[in-house]
Amino acid sequence: MSLPKEHDYIGLTEPSSMENSSSSIVSTESEKNTVLNLKETELRLGLPGSDFLEKKAGTGISLFGKDLKDEGNNGFSQIPLKNLVSGAKRVFSDAIDGSGKWDFPINGGSEVDLGNGGSENTNTLQSSLAGPSGKEIGNRNPRKPVEEKKNDNNSAAPASKAQVVGWPPIRSFRKNTLATNLSKNNDDEGKSGVGSLYVKVSMDGAPYLRKIDLKTYCSYKELSSALEKMFSCFTIGHCASHGLPGQEHLRENCLKDLLHGSEYVLTYEDKDGDWMLVGDVPWEMFTDSCKRLRIMKGSDATGLGMTCNLLSFLVMTI
Amino acid sequence: MQTDPNPKKSKDSPSNSDSTESTQSASPFPDDVLGKVLSFLNSDKDRSSVSLVCKDWYNAERWTRTKLFIGNCYSVSPEIVATRFPKITSVTLKGKPRFSDFNLVPQNWGADVHYWLVMFAKVYPFLEELRLKRMTVSDESLEILATAFPGFRALSLMSCDGFSTDGLKSVATHCRNLTELDIQDTDIDDFNGGWLSCFPENFGSLEVLNFASLDSEVNFDALERLVSRCKSLRVLKVNKSITLDQLQRLLLRAPQLMELGTGSFQQELLPGQFGDLESAFSNCKNLRTLSGLWEVTSVYLPVLYAACTSLTFLNLSYAALRSVEFGNLIAYCPNLRRLWVLDTVEDKGLEAVGSSCPLLEELRVFPADPFDQQLHRGVTELGFVAVSRGCSKLHYVLYFCWQMTNAAVATIVQNCPNFTHFRLCIMNPGRPDYLTNEPMDEAFGAVVKTCTKLQRLSVSGLLTDLTFEYIGKHAKNLETLSVAFAGSSDLGMQCVLEGCPKLRKLEIRDCPFGNAALLSGLEKYEKMRSLWMSSCNVTITACQQLAREMPRLNVEVMKDKESDDSQADKVYVYRSVAGPRRDAPPFVLTL
Repeated sequence: MSLPKEHDYIGLTEPSSMENSSSSIVSTESEKNTVLNLKETELRLGLPGSDFLEKKAGTGISLFGKDLKDEGNNGFSQIPLKNLVSGAKRVFSDAIDGSGKWDFPINGGSEVDLGNGGSENTNTLQSSLAGPSGKEIGNRNPRKPVEEKKNDNNSAAPASKAQVVGWPPIRSFRKNTLATNLSKNNDDEGKSGVGSLYVKVSMDGAPYLRKIDLKTYCSYKELSSALEKMFSCFTIGHCASHGLPGQEHLRENCLKDLLHGSEYVLTYEDKDGDWMLVGDVPWEMFTDSCKRLRIMKGSDATGLGMTCNLLSFLVMTI
Repeated sequence: MQTDPNPKKSKDSPSNSDSTESTQSASPFPDDVLGKVLSFLNSDKDRSSVSLVCKDWYNAERWTRTKLFIGNCYSVSPEIVATRFPKITSVTLKGKPRFSDFNLVPQNWGADVHYWLVMFAKVYPFLEELRLKRMTVSDESLEILATAFPGFRALSLMSCDGFSTDGLKSVATHCRNLTELDIQDTDIDDFNGGWLSCFPENFGSLEVLNFASLDSEVNFDALERLVSRCKSLRVLKVNKSITLDQLQRLLLRAPQLMELGTGSFQQELLPGQFGDLESAFSNCKNLRTLSGLWEVTSVYLPVLYAACTSLTFLNLSYAALRSVEFGNLIAYCPNLRRLWVLDTVEDKGLEAVGSSCPLLEELRVFPADPFDQQLHRGVTELGFVAVSRGCSKLHYVLYFCWQMTNAAVATIVQNCPNFTHFRLCIMNPGRPDYLTNEPMDEAFGAVVKTCTKLQRLSVSGLLTDLTFEYIGKHAKNLETLSVAFAGSSDLGMQCVLEGCPKLRKLEIRDCPFGNAALLSGLEKYEKMRSLWMSSCNVTITACQQLAREMPRLNVEVMKDKESDDSQADKVYVYRSVAGPRRDAPPFVLTL
């Protein structure tokens, strides 16, 4: 899920790739600004975090990229970008959590074999974490700036499945059992498991509600695109077909709505009866606790503390 | 009672030719009395001390010892054991270094029980119990075991390998007096469940049956009949192939059970069956330990509630429960002393533990997804703190998490100063305090300063030499220390070797400790059971020096293929009266 996003971050530091991603959309500078502004302010069920960014892909980044490129320190630019565009604690915390691995030069390592016997543990890819790197660990300055950590995480992303042999220290029996258990559980929940999980979805201003089965999705991204399709007719003010409307068409109409000052935020009611912003917690936790969904008008979302992020974000784009 | 065939004459007799201290000191006991008294001694430590008093006592002790405990099978040889102790009926043998659990020791490393069994068959025909941990056991060995000892009663195999269900067939077929068959965490060739059907139809002496770690389906009818016949059965741990309704039938046959390991806890039950299962559980008045619950679905957890009140040990470490359903369950378990869970219960679940289980003494939290590098769910420092607040008797913790802070650990040990076993595993190697970005030195400093009874410590996170200075200075009762991805220099390891008088086992991986550190423990290693160092900075030359200067230590080195010739990638040092081992495979260099 996060892999494409991280590639985008890598792309940010390389002007060439940036231009490639935006080339399909713009020709002139001014048009670029206008169109991209619109794209930025396009009605999206803005889930903080990956989905938002993934949709933006080249465009969102190029928008900021222009400014940040001028700063001349591409490494540093990644963090503010993340903060503003996503406002996502989770995404940022992924960067921090990824920092746990910064001590280990996973890239460029040689394979470490266990000797004649070899290991039957198929879970572990062996990486060059033995020997010399052990030396580095103790000596590394723990105050390394965050962006370097992020970089290491990025460059390690393709090798993110590389694991240290015998770490964490868990017995093979337990590892193998849990692996089978987890995959079984996931399968079951996907099919019947505890049954389906239908929740009502309301949208402010829409004449009627919808119902969706949360079990048919396995990520926020899927949920968000499904909801978009379902509710797109309401944003335009007249019923569109349920087939995917052309992007251009949607944008113009969203612009219309935007000019009337409405932005939308996706929220849900949890088991305790509180209204929460969708996207903060892991997907399984969300499905466990979600009782109903509400696509809220941005102006109503002040209480959730989300609006300030969206608004400040919008201000930056204009 | 069998006594020394060469009894000493009365101590007062001047004609006594053995002019050792014993004849000088007024030892008032004739040998048979001494022997009788010593036969009450069970603790190995006590027996060891007794045997050092004088020659008489050494002899009396060796003739009365019936239980043999060998913590490192290579520290002594079968011949030496057979010569010294003639009357052994129970043997416990441990083999491979503990890091073999984590694939750091190649296959065919050794610790094969075979030659031991051959010797036992000759010398201890009355052997009754054999308990093995991290040993290689072949089917052939099991055949010997099953046929050479007519009185054999108890077999326990923990983390062993090398055998198959065929070996179990031999045991089931031939051991007429078997009371215990306990197989845990084993990695064997599970051909089929037919071994269980090999227990004879008139066989009914089992008290302990644990086959939870075997996968294949057993013949349920045979199992049910076996359970009915074994009136003294108190421990039954079945495997995943046993379904809920089968479990219910088993419980009907064995309501006297004290320890139960369920099979799969997921099945479409008819409404009547649910009620039957519930009453089966509530009929088990003696249930103290519950485990298993493979593939559990929360909807069936309520059947357990009635049995939960008397539980003292609940092992949910294979049951991926969420915080809410877990919280509901744990509320029914006020008498828990030991709890093992998966981190799927999250901090909220641990808060429920803190409020529901005031008598808790041991907590182990295992990661459901240890290689989850993206989301890092599970438990945090908050869960641990919550438990420490509610459970002041907590003294044993094994905790896997992704983040921790120095402040949290300080709070935890303040709440629970009686830790004897503190094993904290922050799963990303070298992770600092996530709030302050500082090393975790102060956390473990707090642990060793506050917990004076600490016997076992596993450290993790970003650690400098300061941690080890603290350990050396304060951990005066420490016996086992496990270190990974920590330390800054040789000084760290030196502090520990110099400062911890009771240290017996030291296992280190991926740390910047080198030759100076290794050699600083020259004299220490003879007082320890073993030292393991892998992926550190030790060279073969230093190992050779160690071997030269300390002839009563076995120094074994294993090399990784890729490293250069001078590096000693894996070093295993242990004291031994048996000399270098004769069964070392080619990849183990004995120096």
